[in-house]
Amino acid sequence: MKFSHEDLNLHRDTLRAGKTVTQVLVGMGTCGIAAGAKTAFQSLKKSISENALQVEVELKQTGCLGLCFSEPTVEVKSVNGTSTVYGNVDTAFAERIVKEHLSTGIALSEHVYETPAADLFDPEAEPLKQKRIVLRNCGFMDPEKIDEYIAREGYAALSKAIATMTGDDIIEELKTSGLRGRGGAGFPCWQKWGFSKDTDSDQKYIVCNADEGDPGAYMDRSVLEGDPHTVLEAMALAGYTIGANQGYIYIRAEYPLAIERLNMAIEQAKERGLLGQNILGSAFSFEIELRLGAGAFVCGEETALLASIEGKRGMPIPRPPFPSVKGLWGKPTVINNVETSANIPMIILKGGAWYAEIGTASSKGTKVFAVTGKIKNSGLIEVPMGSTLREIIYDICGGIEGGKRFKAAQTGGPSGGCITAGFLDVPIDYESLQSIGSMMGSGGMIVMDEDDCMVDVTKFYLEFTVDESCGKCAPCRVGGRTCYDILDRITKGLGEPDDIQKLTDIGHAMRKASLCGLGQTAPNPVMSTIKYFEEEYHAHIHDKKCPTGKCKSMVTYTINDLCIGCRLCARACPVDCIAGEAKELHLIDQSQCIKCGLCFDNCKFEAIDRT
Amino acid sequence: MIELEINGIALNVEPGTSILDAAKMVGVNIPKLCYHSDLEPWAACGICVVKVEGSPKMLRACATNAAPGMKVITHDPEIVTVRRTVLELILSTHPNDCVRCPRNRNCELQTLAEEFGIREIPYDIRIRDIPADTSTTSIVLNPKACIACGRCIKVCQDMQGVWALEFLGRGENTRMAPAADATLEESPCIKCGQCSAHCPVGAIYEKDQTLDVWGALQEDDKHCVVQIAPAVRVAIGEAFGMEPGELMTGQLYAALRRLGFDAVFDTNFSADLTILEEGTEFVKRFTGNGVLPQITSCCPAWTDYMEKYATDFIPNFSSAKSPQQMLGAVAKTYYAEQSEVKPENMYVVSVMPCTAKKFEVSRCETMDSSGFQDVDIAITTRELARMIKQAGIDFKGLPAEEADSLLGVYSGAGTIFGVTGGVMEAALRSAYYLITKEDLEDVNFMDVRGLEGVKAAEVDIKGTKVRVAVAHQMGNVEALLDQIRDAREKGLETPYHFIEVMACRGGCIGGGGQPHGATDEIRMKRTAGIYSDDEKSVTRCSHHNPMITKIYEDFLGEPLSHKAHELLHTDYKERKVYKK
Repeated sequence: MKFSHEDLNLHRDTLRAGKTVTQVLVGMGTCGIAAGAKTAFQSLKKSISENALQVEVELKQTGCLGLCFSEPTVEVKSVNGTSTVYGNVDTAFAERIVKEHLSTGIALSEHVYETPAADLFDPEAEPLKQKRIVLRNCGFMDPEKIDEYIAREGYAALSKAIATMTGDDIIEELKTSGLRGRGGAGFPCWQKWGFSKDTDSDQKYIVCNADEGDPGAYMDRSVLEGDPHTVLEAMALAGYTIGANQGYIYIRAEYPLAIERLNMAIEQAKERGLLGQNILGSAFSFEIELRLGAGAFVCGEETALLASIEGKRGMPIPRPPFPSVKGLWGKPTVINNVETSANIPMIILKGGAWYAEIGTASSKGTKVFAVTGKIKNSGLIEVPMGSTLREIIYDICGGIEGGKRFKAAQTGGPSGGCITAGFLDVPIDYESLQSIGSMMGSGGMIVMDEDDCMVDVTKFYLEFTVDESCGKCAPCRVGGRTCYDILDRITKGLGEPDDIQKLTDIGHAMRKASLCGLGQTAPNPVMSTIKYFEEEYHAHIHDKKCPTGKCKSMVTYTINDLCIGCRLCARACPVDCIAGEAKELHLIDQSQCIKCGLCFDNCKFEAIDRT
Repeated sequence: MIELEINGIALNVEPGTSILDAAKMVGVNIPKLCYHSDLEPWAACGICVVKVEGSPKMLRACATNAAPGMKVITHDPEIVTVRRTVLELILSTHPNDCVRCPRNRNCELQTLAEEFGIREIPYDIRIRDIPADTSTTSIVLNPKACIACGRCIKVCQDMQGVWALEFLGRGENTRMAPAADATLEESPCIKCGQCSAHCPVGAIYEKDQTLDVWGALQEDDKHCVVQIAPAVRVAIGEAFGMEPGELMTGQLYAALRRLGFDAVFDTNFSADLTILEEGTEFVKRFTGNGVLPQITSCCPAWTDYMEKYATDFIPNFSSAKSPQQMLGAVAKTYYAEQSEVKPENMYVVSVMPCTAKKFEVSRCETMDSSGFQDVDIAITTRELARMIKQAGIDFKGLPAEEADSLLGVYSGAGTIFGVTGGVMEAALRSAYYLITKEDLEDVNFMDVRGLEGVKAAEVDIKGTKVRVAVAHQMGNVEALLDQIRDAREKGLETPYHFIEVMACRGGCIGGGGQPHGATDEIRMKRTAGIYSDDEKSVTRCSHHNPMITKIYEDFLGEPLSHKAHELLHTDYKERKVYKK
């Protein structure tokens, strides 16, 4: 049935009435499924039926809860509103959840996700570090059921806009909200929409950039898998605002679950008259189709993305003209990324002023970060703009793994720079990150500890951008490769005195003369590590030493007199290059040693020297 | 008009003017590498970067249009340093093996390196280790020298619509080659050579056959005959530092004699012959319900394109051979008889503005109509210039000489074959006569002249309307063909009766074998040179060329005679777009 405005509201009211059963939610994003969520789900289902709890308990899948380190995760929401999140749920524990928790109503004390879960699920908990706008539905509803989205204010913004607002009203609301693009550059969203709206054209397009490609970033995937309708709703809002009737979601083919759920969502929305012809009975029509990308990182750059949709090789072209004026097939095209889109329905519904209260003076709202690396609780978090790195790392994510010393965090993925300990208390927003040599990027955050070699890490990022350079412009194509070669030499102990100067020269030329964001930002890791960790470069280049021992070519393992001949190291050695009888001093055959460090890690007597 | 400031100098420019062009107006030539005025800015190289007030990054002058109130800085120490670093990076992927390069002393990268005073390249040299593609008889593609500027691909795809070249690989492995790693010979390549004409370095160049020519000239028992195409005479001077368009016909004849050729002929003669055959063919089709439109076939790149991409037009193609092939055929038959030289001892060299002509000499069996390969070898204008230099001939200072009779005598109609619209104009001059038996008062058909991509005109031949169209630059032809297809499908009368197509922009004067650096400005000058040759010709119509009359009387009989068919006509067949 196709809804009118009234139908939608009535339907929502019906859905909301009578929710009185205990809910068991299993996080079934790609991440959860990979960790075994399907098995957990089946075990729960079987056990619930065996224990005849089908009536009292509603079992359902949901999107990613963001607790990556403890997947599969299962949340039990009791009728009285209390919530318990269990992590690492296997078959046996799933059965226990049913038999013990669900049958008795008393939560288990094991596998419980402790702090900082509290502020995630209990709005009253203090201090409230996280704030969920983008991820408001992820982990709360079944993404494959449009009714669950509708029950959670879904399509209310679209209904409100069509019924009561003009395109200019919407743009004004976005302007008040201060929403900026979450794809990296932070361009004000209202301006993009405004340019497209004000450009006369027989045809306009809305494109959702779901070509998430930064290593370690998966916030867009989580939104698409956990809350696909919010993206559709935002695109329809954009279409209504600028006068477009066709939208494309450019999504990488490596996201099969997101694709499946988006397709499902589009179908469901069309059935309800929330997409397609005459949306909610109005004159506004809007179709959405998916376009699958083959996985080139550069296709996240908007002009390359458009070329790819047009069936051409994904290579950037110079801007201006910007796509909002001359985009897909030469027509005005609004391109928003997934996270940006997920904010929009809430802004329309609650008002720009509400949104503008969150965040800093220049950066409004929240930001989702995918926190990975040497962090205790890695996962997906959403914090207000202006939160500090310390809050993210220590308060939300539980600090550094193994109690080691924090060294740096890389934001913005391979396009960003590192933030050092000295900046742990800087409120994070677009401008502050830029001023300390990094960037917001799409929100990947990789945490490094004292064991990480910054030259090696930089090489890792360069390897990625070199690999992903489209090859069009010379500064990026050749500059990136040349920087990588220099870094590779340095990490092999073959650095030369003028290497830092060369890196800086190339980095500067790449920033200034590369055609697109990929090349312009590719040297950021180089420039920022040289800025903050120059002494590490000097150690590699001049002393031929890697202070952390990560650069294997420069490390030698030797056995000293403290060796008691316990054989632990010899047994650990994967290449059998440690010789020596039991209870006698052992010896490492340097010609065979692969410098893996297992002997060093296994020795209990400090008998192995790493130099 | 848009008002902006460049280096503090205020100026007004038309909307749509790039910073690069605006800067020229205030006397600044911003260094550039990948940009070419024939192409939409591809913005790859990063050399032409400038600062624009308010922009944190530098912008590409080629691809950024002037905007009101814009304040541009075209050079300061930082900009120059960035440009130098980018140049050094590009040079670190280039062999820098200038003395062995076909573009030595004529290379845009070399020039930039000289201007920037590059004395060493601070970065490790990494050169693609991919062998050169020598599969075609026309052009060589050497990936080692390629700087990935993208010009050849834009030319092949956008200007020519051929799509033989594509970007393969990505990042540092990006290279220009036929799709799916086919060789050029296996690819849709039509051998027009526009890629080689636009390549800023020596990564795509004509297959040099000058050693073969020297070899033939050295053989005592070889009677070496040479012909020069119309467009060569107005461009070869550029290779000797002269202005484009300078008419060097007499000096060319003289230089060719000094090189050792036994007979010096002119393709303009056989262009006149082509008009008699093709013009008669047209009149026959037009007055006798033949397949219309008739489409010209003198351009071998166009012929190759049609045989791959537009085979539905095979019946429309004039069966008349190109002037190059006609001259070869009559040289090894008629001239051989006259001069008592055995055709097997005769070696016919043609000097062409074109790389596809190298392919045409053995295009199909009919190219051997004399019983031998009618034209033994075709060299380009660029190759001939090198031979003249090797011989130490002071080309500029040579006294003009005449061509040998009778295959060296031509009308103004023959010479205009070298420009777009020229074949059509020449054909119309004679068609008028063939239909009405009267001569035109004004032989100039201005509507078919000029650089517009497709030109159409209606010609009144004593009350009979002949609709003609002229297309040049291969990428412009599809739209024209579609117009005809459309009418054909709807059963309507054909929109045109006669169509001329030339693969290169401007016609042969802009050919892929001409001296490097052609732009529209240069094409216009070469074109002017051709028309001046036409205007000063004693006869301006092919049918009035006395030697044409003579060859028909002596040898061929009449146009479209049996003998003419045997020697001067060819046929076409469908060819695979990809042989691989």
